[in-house]
Amino acid sequence: MLKARIIPCLDVKDGRVVKGVNFVDLVDAGDPVEAAKAYDAAGADELCFLDIAASQENRKPIMDVVKSAAEQCFMPLTVGGGVRDISDIRRLLLAGADKVSINTAAVKDPDFVARAADKFGNQCIVVAIDAKRVSAEHEVPRWEIFTHGGRHGTGIDAVAFAQRVVELGAGEILLTSMDRDGTKAGYDIALTRAVADAVRAPVIASGGVGTLDHLVEGIRDGHAAAVLAASIFHFGTYTIAEAKAHMSRAGIPMRLDQTNARQGHDQV
Amino acid sequence: MRVAIIDYGSGNLRSVTKAFERAAVEADISAEIELAGNAEQVRSADRLVLPGVGSYADCRAGLDQIAGMTEAIEEAAIKKGRPFLGICVGMQLMAERGLEKDVTEGFGWIGGDVKEIAPQDASLKVPQIGWNTIHVKHSHSLFHGIPTGKEGLHAYFVHSYHLDARRDADVLAVTHYGGEITAAVARDNLAGTQFHPEKSQTLGLALIANFLRWQP
Repeated sequence: MLKARIIPCLDVKDGRVVKGVNFVDLVDAGDPVEAAKAYDAAGADELCFLDIAASQENRKPIMDVVKSAAEQCFMPLTVGGGVRDISDIRRLLLAGADKVSINTAAVKDPDFVARAADKFGNQCIVVAIDAKRVSAEHEVPRWEIFTHGGRHGTGIDAVAFAQRVVELGAGEILLTSMDRDGTKAGYDIALTRAVADAVRAPVIASGGVGTLDHLVEGIRDGHAAAVLAASIFHFGTYTIAEAKAHMSRAGIPMRLDQTNARQGHDQV
Repeated sequence: MRVAIIDYGSGNLRSVTKAFERAAVEADISAEIELAGNAEQVRSADRLVLPGVGSYADCRAGLDQIAGMTEAIEEAAIKKGRPFLGICVGMQLMAERGLEKDVTEGFGWIGGDVKEIAPQDASLKVPQIGWNTIHVKHSHSLFHGIPTGKEGLHAYFVHSYHLDARRDADVLAVTHYGGEITAAVARDNLAGTQFHPEKSQTLGLALIANFLRWQP
């Protein structure tokens, strides 16, 4: 049976983790590769690197990070931020990314998604959608795509856009609620569910996690296939193992290989 | 022992190479893991690994662009009987044909076509992305000592297509995703996995070590 995934997301700027990762005694809390290794050992199901200051001129730091992470962690990596053309995707895949996430470029030119999927297969093309609720409280909920960290509205309906990019070849949707991002108030479940139920591809819920119950809600109520979180893991509020155990107790099928392996060792 | 990781511009070669190096060290197996970008390196290797990320047609075209590569793979794997491991699209290329978008010829080593997965349960998403358990159909060195089945270790899948093998005997392992999906194939000295051993942590490294020890 396919298991729900927990995906820690590391924001990387100029090759360094923004704000650092402090859940274990890392020699260098700002080193993304150290953080990746720690999450690998902790049993994270995938890892996401987001290059937040990605400019066309300066792609080398993130490439180096992906290369070293892929050499040392035998777990899946998704990399996003500043992906604008086919050669960006090829370079990231060659560096060791398993999936590449496209955000603004997909909004500007949805056909880019089709070209990328034709070339690399839809399984490695993730489209990252940043959505904000634009309907009033009493109206039928509606969300629009926003770019530039939520500052620029596009007028594009988020659910319709998700359907379109999946038809064009997106293999996964990374869905972030701009209303919830950073609030710790939980995922926007209505948004997550509206998108997840509308598309054939898996949806990763993102934005707003503050408690372990939020992770459960993302899967159980939001119908997401995976849950992405940053600060609750980076700052050690919860460990990956605690999150998995909590979700498992709530009836969500989780991969507990790490825990099982440890128990196995204890018996020896 | 020289292990050739066939390099034809397909993604994630680095992860595959590093995973093989790590598995060899951990299992105390003496192996030189090398990226093989030309036919001669492939022809003279003791073991062959064909990774593959991308669309079927794109991977096939990548192989065909290297002079003599397909022939060298055929010679080493079929004529000389060197142990061969295909990974993901590398495994799918062992089939007769790929039906992803256009019809593309495979190597024809395993009877059957590569078809889009179609889970019977509509709530299951395509691609299948993530960790699934695998169920081994018959005993094989590749899975020696690896806990599989419902309570076993997980393997990482990321795919929309799978090898629909004609002969049951060629299917080494399946995974359940709204029906049975081919997780691994094997025949004689040839084997392939739909999942990514280089991304499958404990299970993956154990399977790679088994491949390096395999004496078909």
